[in-house]
Amino acid sequence: MLRLPRFSYLRPGSAAEAAQLLAEHGSQARLVAGGTDLLPKMKRGQVEPEVLVGLGHLGELRQVRARDDGGFDVGAGVTLSEVGAHPQLRAAYRGYVRASALVSSPALRNAGTIGGNLCVDTRCNYYDMSYEWRQAVGFCMKKDGDICRVAPASATCRAIASSDTAPVAIALGASVVLVGPEGEREVPVASLYQDDGQFYLTKADDEVLVSLRLPKPDGWRSSYVKVRSRDSIDFPVVGVAAAMKMTGPVVEACRIVLTAVGPQPLDVSGAAEALLGRELDDAAVEEVALQAAKPARPLDNADLGYVWRKRMTRIAIEQAIWEARTTSSTTSSRPA
Amino acid sequence: MRAATTEPDRDPSPGGELRLVGKPLPRVDGVAKVKGATAYADDIELPGTLYCKFLRSHHPHARVLSVDTSAVSSITGVAAVLTGQDLPTKYGIMPTSEDERALESEKVRYVGDPVAAVAAVDEETALAACRAIRVEYEPLEAIESIEQALVPPVDEPIHDYGGPANIHRLAALEFGEVDDGFARADHIREDLFFFEGNTHLPMEQHSSIAVDVGDQLTLWSSTQTPHYVHRTLSRVLHLPMGHIRVVAAPHGGGFGGKTDPFSHEIVVCKLAMLTGHPVKCTLTREEVFYAHRGRHPVLMWVRTGVSSDGKILAMHFRTALDGGAYGSYGPASMLYTGALQTTTYDIPAYRFEGVRVFTNKAPCGPKRGHGTPQPRFALEVHLDKIAEEIGVDPVELRRRNYVKPYTRTVNWLRITSCGIEEVTDRVVEASGFTRRTRRPGHGMGFAVSSYMCGAGLPIYWNNMPHTECVIQVSRGGVTLSCGATEIGQGSDSVLATVAAEELGLWPNDIRLVTGDTGLAPVDLGSYSSRVTFMAGNAVRDAARRMREILTGVAAEKMGCSPAEIEVRDGKVGELAFEDAVVAAQERFGALSTHGSYTPPSNLGGSFKGAGVGPSPSYSYSAAVVDLDVDPRSGELHLNKVWLAHDIGRPINALAVKGQVEGGVYMGLGEAMMEAQAYRHGLHKQPSMLDYKSPTFLEMPEVETILVETIDPEGPYGAKEVGQGPLLPVIPAVASAVHDALGVWVDEVPVTPDKIMRALDAKAKGRDGRFGPKSFPDVPYPTMVKVAPPDAAATAL
Repeated sequence: MLRLPRFSYLRPGSAAEAAQLLAEHGSQARLVAGGTDLLPKMKRGQVEPEVLVGLGHLGELRQVRARDDGGFDVGAGVTLSEVGAHPQLRAAYRGYVRASALVSSPALRNAGTIGGNLCVDTRCNYYDMSYEWRQAVGFCMKKDGDICRVAPASATCRAIASSDTAPVAIALGASVVLVGPEGEREVPVASLYQDDGQFYLTKADDEVLVSLRLPKPDGWRSSYVKVRSRDSIDFPVVGVAAAMKMTGPVVEACRIVLTAVGPQPLDVSGAAEALLGRELDDAAVEEVALQAAKPARPLDNADLGYVWRKRMTRIAIEQAIWEARTTSSTTSSRPA
Repeated sequence: MRAATTEPDRDPSPGGELRLVGKPLPRVDGVAKVKGATAYADDIELPGTLYCKFLRSHHPHARVLSVDTSAVSSITGVAAVLTGQDLPTKYGIMPTSEDERALESEKVRYVGDPVAAVAAVDEETALAACRAIRVEYEPLEAIESIEQALVPPVDEPIHDYGGPANIHRLAALEFGEVDDGFARADHIREDLFFFEGNTHLPMEQHSSIAVDVGDQLTLWSSTQTPHYVHRTLSRVLHLPMGHIRVVAAPHGGGFGGKTDPFSHEIVVCKLAMLTGHPVKCTLTREEVFYAHRGRHPVLMWVRTGVSSDGKILAMHFRTALDGGAYGSYGPASMLYTGALQTTTYDIPAYRFEGVRVFTNKAPCGPKRGHGTPQPRFALEVHLDKIAEEIGVDPVELRRRNYVKPYTRTVNWLRITSCGIEEVTDRVVEASGFTRRTRRPGHGMGFAVSSYMCGAGLPIYWNNMPHTECVIQVSRGGVTLSCGATEIGQGSDSVLATVAAEELGLWPNDIRLVTGDTGLAPVDLGSYSSRVTFMAGNAVRDAARRMREILTGVAAEKMGCSPAEIEVRDGKVGELAFEDAVVAAQERFGALSTHGSYTPPSNLGGSFKGAGVGPSPSYSYSAAVVDLDVDPRSGELHLNKVWLAHDIGRPINALAVKGQVEGGVYMGLGEAMMEAQAYRHGLHKQPSMLDYKSPTFLEMPEVETILVETIDPEGPYGAKEVGQGPLLPVIPAVASAVHDALGVWVDEVPVTPDKIMRALDAKAKGRDGRFGPKSFPDVPYPTMVKVAPPDAAATAL
């Protein structure tokens, strides 16, 4: 079997102390909470930290708090399963809860945290492989090498943004609270990511993501549509979050965010402006989806053909828009 | 020891009531497996065990210039290192293709080919030592496709035998007057198909542990064929078979993937001999993908001529198999792609041309259905297309061509019991196939198939029985010893049930010693769906002989004739079973009886290549798949599968149903998503997350219908179920997609993107089809013309 390499495990007493430990150990250290992303990658030699700074035991990260302004703070250590079982979150942030429930499998959702999912590593089928496999094909810039295997002409890594929850958080206008050695700051989830599969997070290496700050629902309805081979476990090959505010049947505001079509979540809300101030109809939704899908750049580094994934981006956008409009709590990921 | 020699009663359908056979009983190994108490090979821990890791090739094709292990000796905890020079003897499962070495010292032929191995105190140390070995390679042109393998290589062929180019084997056979059949045909249709390779994906990774003590080498291994591993070890390690014992440890799934002798099995034995320690190797999941021996990618071309009423007059079938880097079962796999077309349809004139090529990929071999799912997919879809073209209902077209029971096919295969009509009737009726209502995106597909109940010939030539067993009875209980190997398919339960049926006991009263070359007589292994039919017959014979001894003694005690003695519920007549045993021991001493099974010699023809296809009987399956396809995405939603299977008679109805469901599941995976795909000479997705195989959520309801035809030669009339039910599922999926959308995907797996490409083609006014466009030129040998059996032999 693949063995976990040796490492030191540190157990800080607080998130601030965790940030201090990160600062102290520099690039040798990684945070670990549920471990569902990190530990398999350590077994395959994709990351080789000498020090793991544990967060799973920190009670302060495991709270869901209703704020006075009507929003919610969800601790980074809250598991994806706990989000799915939280009645107020379910009622207020349907798309976000839906996305949480579509991550991986029940066992991994019981271990995986919402902070971990926002920070989940970008994926690529030239990178998510054993050391020996990567050595055979030639190492890539994300680990041990210097070029991008799927796009050799690219100056940056094109590994795929694979968080299901990030696009919904962005569509809802959520932010995250980061704690570093210098203190705390709040940044929009939208600015947590950048267009580089290798350095995909903008947060400093010694910052700890401690909570997700969801704004007051304020009439926003959200949805998330996930495309993948198997609904039981797979990462997204296309993901679309939509958030809409409506006055009666009229669209007042609409945001659309894509994931898994490039190295970072893509906010394509600009394409949705055509919907504002009018009722939804098939033609309008199709036209918006066509425009919104244009920036999607799937490559041959994930499951299923990239031409098909591009085509599915448009279809998933349409579905996400229609699902965001419905008030009923849908349980199917994609209506037939 | 007393061995009875009387010929037991071979009546498959005894007048008496069957107490156990046919009932849905729990499996004898079920409780231990459910409770986690079963010790698989990787669970076996012996004192002082060392752990073995492999250094494998990073090149698809390269000469090995040097292997430098000098850095390894300084690593603390390393006990031994092996390179190709330590194990130079070639081996291979087929005597005609002994082209493998346990470790390659001259040349590597795929990414993952083993080059060196290390035994150390733990896996981490062994892995570090492997990484310290320096290998100098001279890369060679990598052969990545069938087409490329057929043209002269830039550097050199992958192997120094076969040819021309990278051809491994060729065949060209003609039965009956094919040209004449085409000349008389009213309609002739040609089609091209491709079936992508896929792998077995057993939950248990291959594992082996060897110990060499007191001139006896013992290997526990997750193998389906301990006897063939035994022979290979003897040959490669230069030890007499009498000093080697191979034990097939309990399996977490085989499906054909543990049927070859493997490098790791040989290497742990050699390391145990060198170090004096037990040595264990458990492959990683990635290494299991490299061990492979899975489904061959096959390109197919078929041409069929039919009369105006849909009767097949002639068929010409061509296949080209991508064999990967080594021979494995390849010559048989290739012939199987042409052998069983005739066991479902009466084809009066049939021509088959096949080729297997070497490529620089993990070697292909046998997977559930061995060489027959690919042509079955092509044949069934091809018949659907013919039916549509001539305006005949697809089920009706098949019925007009079905084989008849007790006949001989044009390629000399002997058909006996045959439930093809009944499986068709039952599955069509249960599913409502012919009276279905239409709705957009909904489709249903139908297909039939057949499979062998054990290969009629052994893999290496010999005249011994294919299976042997011994039943020993004493005051210590009943012990049944047979080399047959439980790989999760339920063979232990079948053998225990048969013995218990005859001895009036319960299956759990039978102590089993199976899959052990040291303690049980030979059975050839768990492949070709042979165990129930062959070992079942052997065990029944042995048990009847034992029953005869016990009833004889009991009759004497009771003063009646043996025929009046009833053996049931733990009693032999009025005697408790144990008392009957004591009485028999007082009379005869130690008690044992034997049984063996050798297939009849008249199962097939005598032409070259006739060894592949013959079987003492054939099972028949029919499937209907019901699904919905989203025309905008091409995504499938499976609603239900109906599968009717001619089982002859079930030994255990519950276990049979389990095998049907497992076969349907595996077939759906192959049909919809599984692909052993390569890119840049590497396996593209060697992990269980990335190699897509269905899970519970993708699995629809399966309605299993068992049809009993009571085979004249199977034990109690039983036939196989391990492989057959997979076969019709794959074409039925393709057919259902066509039914739903009006397009054909002539390539497996039938993925959403292929469906969309077929729909795109249709929308642009082109042929609504996705599939291969041409078949390469193959230098087939001169056609071997075989006269079909004459009329007297045709009707058996």
